Amino acid sequence: MRRADVVEATVRVLREAETALPPWVQRLIEQAFELETNMVARSQLQLILQNIHIAQSESLSMCQDTGLLIFYVKIGRDLNIEFDLGEAITEGVRRATMEVPLRPNVVDPLSRKNSGDNTGVMLPDLIVDDVEGDSLCITAFPKGAGSENMSLVGMLNPADDPYEFILKSVAERAANACPPLFLGIGIGGTFDLAARLAKKALFNLPGDSKLELDLLGRINSLGIGPMGLGGDTTALGVRIEKASCHTASLPVAINFQCWAHRCASAVVR
Amino acid sequence: MEHKLKTPLSVQDIETLHVGDVVFLNGTIFTARDKAHALLRSKGSPVEMKGAALYHCGPLIGGQKVISAGPTTSGRMDRYTDFILDLGVGAIIGKGGLSGQPFRKKAVYLAYPGGCGAVAAKQLKIQEVHFKELGMAEALWEFEALDLGPMVVAIDSHGCDLYEEVRRSLENKSKPTRR
Repeated sequence: MRRADVVEATVRVLREAETALPPWVQRLIEQAFELETNMVARSQLQLILQNIHIAQSESLSMCQDTGLLIFYVKIGRDLNIEFDLGEAITEGVRRATMEVPLRPNVVDPLSRKNSGDNTGVMLPDLIVDDVEGDSLCITAFPKGAGSENMSLVGMLNPADDPYEFILKSVAERAANACPPLFLGIGIGGTFDLAARLAKKALFNLPGDSKLELDLLGRINSLGIGPMGLGGDTTALGVRIEKASCHTASLPVAINFQCWAHRCASAVVR
Repeated sequence: MEHKLKTPLSVQDIETLHVGDVVFLNGTIFTARDKAHALLRSKGSPVEMKGAALYHCGPLIGGQKVISAGPTTSGRMDRYTDFILDLGVGAIIGKGGLSGQPFRKKAVYLAYPGGCGAVAAKQLKIQEVHFKELGMAEALWEFEALDLGPMVVAIDSHGCDLYEEVRRSLENKSKPTRR
């Protein structure tokens, strides 16, 4: 595997993720528009669909918040990588910032000084799994701050109802997260494992278990609607990932994602 | 009801708007988000804010063109609303809403659909940039709006607030209902 191919693939997946939604995401929004009965909500969904069309046909970033750059990287166990993979992806981020282009979003957390190229300490964020095979799969997940800022971890009492916690949190926070939402939910583990599971749940959308669909139905019955202005469509998908936890604990993490569930993948050999 | 308005907004323009109305805006508008608000307060405004439309937006700019320019979350700027409206601003544009009380008898909040940056970019032309040292996203951009919209009047000057209505319906719901 060549370093240049990884850099190239990183630029490519970022361009695709920023300008074109996965077809299944677009289909969910189209279905929501067909079923929505609230007139204000319909106007929001209609402009969202128009925005998706313009971004894709003219290769423009659909949202000015081109996000914090998160990559889910699956590395084949039989692959021999003779260069620094993180450095190659970082180089791809620098190039994509100029070429796509992306808005420079990365700052020092205290001085607030902008790096100018979307890289920084621990960024881009690489989430790595090793898998069977001899190839590398890079998935770009640009994550906007509007939805990320609404995310949270609750260290619940095991006697608490986790679904009540989720519904209450969504009711309080959805309007700022650009609904209709996707929700990645991590239940169990520890404080930090629950948060990582919630992020990984977003990689595995949409959820289709009875539990996930029931929760989706309950969220939509809240009536928060697109952009929090009221309506039938508050969420488009919910995915739950579980880990075992301490007998005294019930961690529940909710990673909010806006309607623009941006992601794109490439395989490098 | 649908309105086509031009900045600067008059008191009469603002009074005609009611929650649920749709607005398309023309004329000069200004962007400002976190850092620009802090600087407006410490240094004063480089532009005339009387009747102005202030857009909570950190645009993506390429060369001399607006590439993507949807709204940012207004809630982060909630602490500045009284200060901004005291400058004479007639409309704040954003997403997610603000506390409604300061808008009474003064101004309106217009909701532009979040994430719709590519559509918004087609409705905006760069005129000038102020506070350039804050960087692309945080600078105060002066744009010409060309039928910017559709925007929903989400908070009006008569004490009505769509977000508050949604929140109240959540509290009052004994059992979930669909509208």
